[in-house]
Amino acid sequence: MNSEVLAWEIRRHGIEMTHLSGGSHIGAILSVADIIAVLYADIMRYHADDPEWDGRDRFILSKGHAGAAIYAALAESGFFSVDELKTHYADGSRLSGHVSHHLPGVDFSTGSLGHGLSAAVGMAYAARKDGKSHRVFVVLGDGECDEGEVWEAALFANHFRLDNLTAVVDHNHMQSLDFCENTLELEDFGAKWKAFGWNVKEIDGHSHEALRGALKDSRQENGDQDGTGRGNGRPTVVIANTVKGKGVSFMENDILWHYRFPHDGWEYDCAVNELHKIRPEGAEDVYTPEGIPDPALPGPDADIGNDHTMTAGYHPDYPAR
Amino acid sequence: MRDTFVRTLIDLAKQDSNIELVTGDLGFGVLKPFWEQLPNQFTNAGIAEQNMTSMAAGMALEGKTVFTYSIGNFPTLRCLEQVRNDCAYHHANVKIVCIGGGFVYGSLGMSHQATEDIAIMRALPDVAVLCPGDAAEAEAATRAIVAWKGTCYLRLGRGGERRVHDHIDNYQLGKALKIRETCGAPRKRSAAVFSTGAILDVACDTAALLEEAGVHVIQYSFPTVKPLDEDVIRACADQTDLIVTVEEHSIIGGLGGAAAEVMAENGSRARLLRIGLEDLYCTTVGSQKYLRGQYGMTAENAAARALNILNR
Repeated sequence: MNSEVLAWEIRRHGIEMTHLSGGSHIGAILSVADIIAVLYADIMRYHADDPEWDGRDRFILSKGHAGAAIYAALAESGFFSVDELKTHYADGSRLSGHVSHHLPGVDFSTGSLGHGLSAAVGMAYAARKDGKSHRVFVVLGDGECDEGEVWEAALFANHFRLDNLTAVVDHNHMQSLDFCENTLELEDFGAKWKAFGWNVKEIDGHSHEALRGALKDSRQENGDQDGTGRGNGRPTVVIANTVKGKGVSFMENDILWHYRFPHDGWEYDCAVNELHKIRPEGAEDVYTPEGIPDPALPGPDADIGNDHTMTAGYHPDYPAR
Repeated sequence: MRDTFVRTLIDLAKQDSNIELVTGDLGFGVLKPFWEQLPNQFTNAGIAEQNMTSMAAGMALEGKTVFTYSIGNFPTLRCLEQVRNDCAYHHANVKIVCIGGGFVYGSLGMSHQATEDIAIMRALPDVAVLCPGDAAEAEAATRAIVAWKGTCYLRLGRGGERRVHDHIDNYQLGKALKIRETCGAPRKRSAAVFSTGAILDVACDTAALLEEAGVHVIQYSFPTVKPLDEDVIRACADQTDLIVTVEEHSIIGGLGGAAAEVMAENGSRARLLRIGLEDLYCTTVGSQKYLRGQYGMTAENAAARALNILNR
């Protein structure tokens, strides 16, 4: 399955899974879909029929709230049945809202933000010590970078020159209540990572070509030369500039869709049909093969295009900016 | 106890190159033998306990047995969620080592006093909690946690603890160790003295004082608080009039709390006296010994309170 098809399938499953479950975070699932699709279609080495194959590249979705995206990618890549996706959030399901490792293909459980980069650092550090050549990938959220542990890990990864480690930040510019810049100023985000010693690649996180270029293996020949576990290359961070809610126009850049799920009626119908308008060749919709005929449409009072950020209704005198 | 731990770990790590020691920038003068002899198995993760702990989980999932090392509450409370989500939930082979359980760093102030750690770590599923009482128990516990699959917490003193065991035969993680039982003719009153951790010396003296006062005494050291040796607690609770628990830790949730849970469910004959820090933070400045005295963790106080209950 090519990356464009996989990305579309992730989005379609994401809409269905949050719709059926009433689960949150569709905005984040849509923003990260292209990143995960390129990793699973074009970059990472793995065997779906042997999920614990030691030579596989490791993957951690540190922004565990976008779990539906990784579940969809794993199912479409053959780790388990696509049919199981419908159990997301359900009683007795293996597919918890946040990522669980009690599932083939998941190396690490996440959900509490800030842990994943450190765990990936440990995996990369151990791999280097053991002379193994696989890579370790971790996907972070930008809001997640408020967490101090991220920067502890960034210090360590650079100090030990973990060039087998690649972090991707899904930089959708929004977090839970507001834009990142209105919450805790992140920019100059790339400069922060540079200052921590990382190779920084800032790209369009929805361009598969740009993602493939940024994620390709650019390690130098640099074994563990001094026996300390320190390599010579630097870890890489790909700052993937994305749009929260990408692919469904009324969800894009609207913080409402961090928590709201596509409800029955126009929200679900229009989301599905918008995806069908951008469906790439080869992508199949197992839920609504031809989209939704006669969809419900938003009425004049539909909550579209309104600003739901905290700052839209809250104007503190302090801190002054 | 601290040096015994390091010596034992060096011995084990020489035999198993997958054993790794990661420190949170502590251990000056203590860990030097390790990093000199096994530099490739040693890492200073800097003053960053959260990263150290999550990273240890990542290393463990790749086949390493990772010891994280720090003092007081830094390797536990400071990074509790990393212990819970990343180590324990993943059943990762991370062995968390705290130097300075209780009042070891008494004079440094409350930030450096670990007095709730046993309770908090004990509450986490899939975490074994070990608090050895002397150097012999520390060595045995260190060996035991390397053999134990999964996350462990090893709470150590510092150094200079009284040696109670000449040697330990058949040490088993999860089993209490019998220290003494009164010989001779049966006595009218009986008590069991339990302790965990480096306050074993006080427990020994408490047991001696009670015996001198005419009480039949059974004494056990509990180098493991979890899994708990419930059989010993139930047996003593059925056979004696009073169980006295002694720990350099809050009376809530530690060995005393654990014993209370077992005794209450067992419907025991014995009463329970918990010797430890009452539900408060220590605000007094002083050495470990001084603070034990200030907060009632002495043999004299423990024996007097025990006799008061037995004489009622």
